Amino acid sequence: MSDALLKIEHLTRYFDVSKPWLNRVLEREEKQFLTAVADVSFEIKRGETFALVGESGSGKSTIAKMVVGLLGASGGTIEFDGHRMTGTAGAEMRDLRRRFQMIFQDPFASLNPRWRVGDIIAEPIHTFGLLKGADVSNRVGELLDTVGLSARDAEKFPHEFSGGQRQRIAIARALSSKPEFIVCDEPTSALDVSVQAQILNLMKDLQDEMGLTYLFISHDLSVVRHMANRIGVLYLGRLVEVADGKRLFTDPQHPYTRMLLDAVPDLALSGRRRKPVEGEIPNPINPPPGCAFHPRCPLAMPRCKVDAPVPVQTATGYAACFALETQTA
Amino acid sequence: MTDALLSVRNLRVEFPTRRGILTAIDDVSFDIMPGEVLGVVGESGAGKSLTGAAIIGLLEPPGRIAGGEILLKGQRIDDLDAESMRRIRGKRIGMVFQDPLTSLNPLYTVAQQLIETIRTHADLSEAEARARAIALLDRVGIPAAARRIDDYPHHFSGGMRQRVVIALALCAEPELVIADEPTTALDVSVQSQIIDLIKEICAERGAAVMLITHDMGVIAETADRVAVLYAGRLAEIGPVREVITAAEHPYTAGLMGSIPTLTQDNARLVQIPGAMPRLNAIPQGCAFNPRCERAFDRCFRDRPDPIDRGDGRKVACWLYDAAGVAAKEKADV
Repeated sequence: MSDALLKIEHLTRYFDVSKPWLNRVLEREEKQFLTAVADVSFEIKRGETFALVGESGSGKSTIAKMVVGLLGASGGTIEFDGHRMTGTAGAEMRDLRRRFQMIFQDPFASLNPRWRVGDIIAEPIHTFGLLKGADVSNRVGELLDTVGLSARDAEKFPHEFSGGQRQRIAIARALSSKPEFIVCDEPTSALDVSVQAQILNLMKDLQDEMGLTYLFISHDLSVVRHMANRIGVLYLGRLVEVADGKRLFTDPQHPYTRMLLDAVPDLALSGRRRKPVEGEIPNPINPPPGCAFHPRCPLAMPRCKVDAPVPVQTATGYAACFALETQTA
Repeated sequence: MTDALLSVRNLRVEFPTRRGILTAIDDVSFDIMPGEVLGVVGESGAGKSLTGAAIIGLLEPPGRIAGGEILLKGQRIDDLDAESMRRIRGKRIGMVFQDPLTSLNPLYTVAQQLIETIRTHADLSEAEARARAIALLDRVGIPAAARRIDDYPHHFSGGMRQRVVIALALCAEPELVIADEPTTALDVSVQSQIIDLIKEICAERGAAVMLITHDMGVIAETADRVAVLYAGRLAEIGPVREVITAAEHPYTAGLMGSIPTLTQDNARLVQIPGAMPRLNAIPQGCAFNPRCERAFDRCFRDRPDPIDRGDGRKVACWLYDAAGVAAKEKADV
């Protein structure tokens, strides 16, 4: 229990996507809600990398934003190191905030183009009042060094750097408040593969050195396999399966996980025949009743159209699927 | 090599700028055989998309073809006037772009766009063209094609839109389809559907495909041969299996090692230091020399030409030029 750094329970988030009030009145329409995240629960242990994978619209980034507090939750709780994040405020919240940071997907949008790199990296230090005077610039130099840039780069502006280098700056900024936990929202999807390898290696090295805990969000299954200790698979805002890193790939439980793995282009040229994937992700405003995956599921039963499955224990973790329940029962 | 469907010979694309001429594609040559799928890979800025644009005559000014030639079935197409090129484009060479939302006109229904294209290239009545359009949509896997044909592009999801674009590219039965990152904007589960579709349909119609992508996995599953571009130059070309499992160019080898896979376990990914040079700062000799672990003095001096390695493989790297080293030294003396 004590080794869980982040604990998420029944986390839910709705977005109001209704038309303006007047249109609703004139056209006699109800309010419409989009369920981006529905009843998601998981734990992240200290020092591990927990990954969330899913296709677009599966709620990956919404969860990331709620974890760091950029979005409020519509329901459920987030607990960081035993402190409930909802309801915590003032100095206590400030202290908590220092301990987690975020790395965003697009390093072209996440760095202020009018600020020098040194100021960007020093901002969290000033915000939390960690250091003063010359110590700040020394620390910035150190951080730049850690991420493989040079201390002289502090004087430059973001546009002088390539995408990979900018992502290194974003990592240095995230590290500057000495956090324990970093949320990485698709940190390499804007980068080329050779640069992606550099950034992934850097993130692993930093984790080993500083004992960081990562929530790693990606749509790329092979990147996730490389990085994560445990993996959660999201579908339409629901967590369908959680499993230990490599075992998710050797022994997938949920039919959606199997489908997703089947769809990844095969670099090993094993010549396997792929099962054609059926259909597309349904509209999240009107998700199918019961299990959200049932219209595309090869194992769907009548019950799947009525009830939503709850997670059941599997050999590798847990998964929410009635087909698994009947197997084990 | 006379039976090649498309022949690109020493292609050179330049962008004149205020500070001098930037060479974006430098001396690139390759062939595409009828019915073949040629993958073109490279990182951003390697010149993949420009190569496609140059072939189909859609280079954005001030970019221009500054040298070399492009032959379609032995006929030069790089020096045609706009009107003759327009007849080839769509009719003989189809194009699928990355973003299906921007390659369809949002103000016209799918039917209008398909029928217009079909009637531009074939002498058909409106009704015949419509029947053909519906058959095409059906073939690319759009459910209830006869009803959905009158929808606007925004009614379709990303994957469905890309299917419409593929139908549009195929509607004049071209001999060559250039697909520029056709699946990059799509989710993995839809990506595999689209790849299968392109492969299947082109095989069925005997159309050759030039598949431009940065995703080696897509190439591995789809292409017969693959060309690797680096800084506007051809680094390596050869049958896909050989290039992927036994890359010869140090860049290709590094690129392959840097991709995490679903089957192999390695604690660290191979990393190529640095990044691709900018076009105004391509080093002398081999463009890859600052990042290459195996570079030697010659790499900093002379630029390697693709060296024939047999079995249709060519590698532009001095490491594979045993005979060439001797010849060059003799010439220097």
